[in-house]
Amino acid sequence: MTFYDEVSRLKNIDYAGAFGRITPGQISNILAKSDLQSQDFLALLSAEDAVSLEAMAQAAHRLTLQHFGRTILLYTPLYLANYCVNHCVYCGFNAANKIPRRKLTLPEVELEARAIAETGLQHLLILTGESRRHSPVSYIKDCVDVLRKYFASISIEIYPLSSEEYAELIAAGIDGLTIYQEVYDEKVYSLVHPEGPKRDYRFRLEAPERAGQAGIRAINIGPLLGLHDWRSEVFLSGVHAAYLQKRFPDIEISISLPRMRPQFGDYQPEFPVSDRDLVRSILALRLFLPRAGITISTRESPELRDNLVRLGVTKMSAGSSTAIGGHTDAKEGAGQFEISDKRSVDEMRQAISRLGYKPILKDWHDLSWGSKKEDATFMVSPPAS
Amino acid sequence: MDDTLIIGGRQVESRLFIGTGKFADYSLIPQVIKAAKAQVVTVALRRVDFGTPEENMLKYLPENIILMPNTSGARNATEAIRIARIAREAGCGNWVKIEIITDQKYLLPDNFETIRAIEVLAKDGFIVLPYMSPDLMAAKRMADAGAAAIMPLGAPIGTNRGLKTRELIQILISEINLPIIVDAGIGRPSEATEAMELGAAAVLVNTAIATADDPVLMAEAFGQAVEAGRKAYLAGPGAPQRFAAASSPLTGFLRNEDGVAP
Repeated sequence: MTFYDEVSRLKNIDYAGAFGRITPGQISNILAKSDLQSQDFLALLSAEDAVSLEAMAQAAHRLTLQHFGRTILLYTPLYLANYCVNHCVYCGFNAANKIPRRKLTLPEVELEARAIAETGLQHLLILTGESRRHSPVSYIKDCVDVLRKYFASISIEIYPLSSEEYAELIAAGIDGLTIYQEVYDEKVYSLVHPEGPKRDYRFRLEAPERAGQAGIRAINIGPLLGLHDWRSEVFLSGVHAAYLQKRFPDIEISISLPRMRPQFGDYQPEFPVSDRDLVRSILALRLFLPRAGITISTRESPELRDNLVRLGVTKMSAGSSTAIGGHTDAKEGAGQFEISDKRSVDEMRQAISRLGYKPILKDWHDLSWGSKKEDATFMVSPPAS
Repeated sequence: MDDTLIIGGRQVESRLFIGTGKFADYSLIPQVIKAAKAQVVTVALRRVDFGTPEENMLKYLPENIILMPNTSGARNATEAIRIARIAREAGCGNWVKIEIITDQKYLLPDNFETIRAIEVLAKDGFIVLPYMSPDLMAAKRMADAGAAAIMPLGAPIGTNRGLKTRELIQILISEINLPIIVDAGIGRPSEATEAMELGAAAVLVNTAIATADDPVLMAEAFGQAVEAGRKAYLAGPGAPQRFAAASSPLTGFLRNEDGVAP
């Protein structure tokens, strides 16, 4: 059994019905519970009054403080290549878009790495479009080999891989996987992915499980908000995260809530999500999954991001560029989407400190350090006592 | 009377150990240590940024402390051993708190992997303090493997729920011939006192201090609470009684038989 079976089972939930009947009294009963079930999570997403929202915010704030303290982990994306064979109607890298295509050479990867490392960031997320011809697993491995000299943690956000390929990249030094289902509704998924290997809903949905089997340390999932009704999409993302948490208890599970921004091309989100709905989503996720990471990217504005620090968010990107080579050349070409929070890493660090939080630049350590020597000495043949 | 706590051959002056996670600002940490009068301080190696001085938490620690790096993030014995060795190579000394967590939801420690890690690290000269779920048999094996102290949880990490495992910790205190240090779950100074009254050798506190509105004042409160609990333990409190002691005993008439009270 995989999450595909669970999502199929949840297909027939009457969301419209569930979203219509929640009273503030029910919300306060849920907030008094210590362990929320998925129907509680659904109810939290459904409530519409401001009183409930504030009560949820207070509870989410306390819970986040308790489990994560006053800390926000910072990371930045590094776009390696924008070649893509998919036709995702919402994406600037869509194969049909006539934009300059390129991938970084290894010396260029090193230059970008140096520029990012100078900001103090130690957590990196590397991205490519989907092109096994231009950016195959071997290319990602070569890049990781360059990057690991500069960073404590490297995660990938690339096309879905087989379990064996994930294992290969883990051995090469990556420790986290980010993969967004984009949209959990299978019909809408099919509409917005008209061509290319990404049409395979199930292969993408089960990618986190394949990475889990391969032994990855951290998994970050999420919906792309704007493609379909936000409530059902956030609900299924939360249930997906809970499923992964239960199946792989040793893996750190996080959720991102990327909200669609204008990008190259003319696609406009059919289901725009308001700030209020985004906040409700974050709060409900925090209450349902007290220990899960919650990530907010620079797609969101500085004002909103500052306000979200106290509401359950635990990770933020900073100093981002979504263009290839964008960390070393400000004039680089079209990005995947437009950045809204353009503050530098330094400005982000100061802003978080001003809010009474500690910006965390390093929260992992490359354990492969000296591992060969160590394995030989201590694991295979422990010294005789 | 002599009430010295010795761990790994080293005299430990303070029975309040401090964790350094979750603080809003590293500059609070030295103030917290001072206010708590703490000596043993644990630091997650994964958070130590050796390359950037202002981000390197170690630079904020006073010189006279005992640094106890922890293996937070380790999911098995091999990773914990690796982290311990990286910490020692980086100049963090030879104390290590083993923390192996294979469950990210409740953050409960994995006693089996922990025992394996102790076996290797103790032989390699580390002073090993394992964080564990309070289970007598596991604690015995940890002691046999060379642990310098045993650190059972009072409640899951970061929950501030207090001494939920009180009965099991009491058994460890009675049966294990090593210092028992209650680690995790203590949310209030009164709960730290309770652990010390029970006979714990020390307590380790992080979340309750780091997330207080005034961490420095809370650290001072914990310091006093731990001292009070220890003194109470040494003083030997009277056992709580179910009934008031009768002033006219029912068996008083037997006094005359052999000249002593019954």
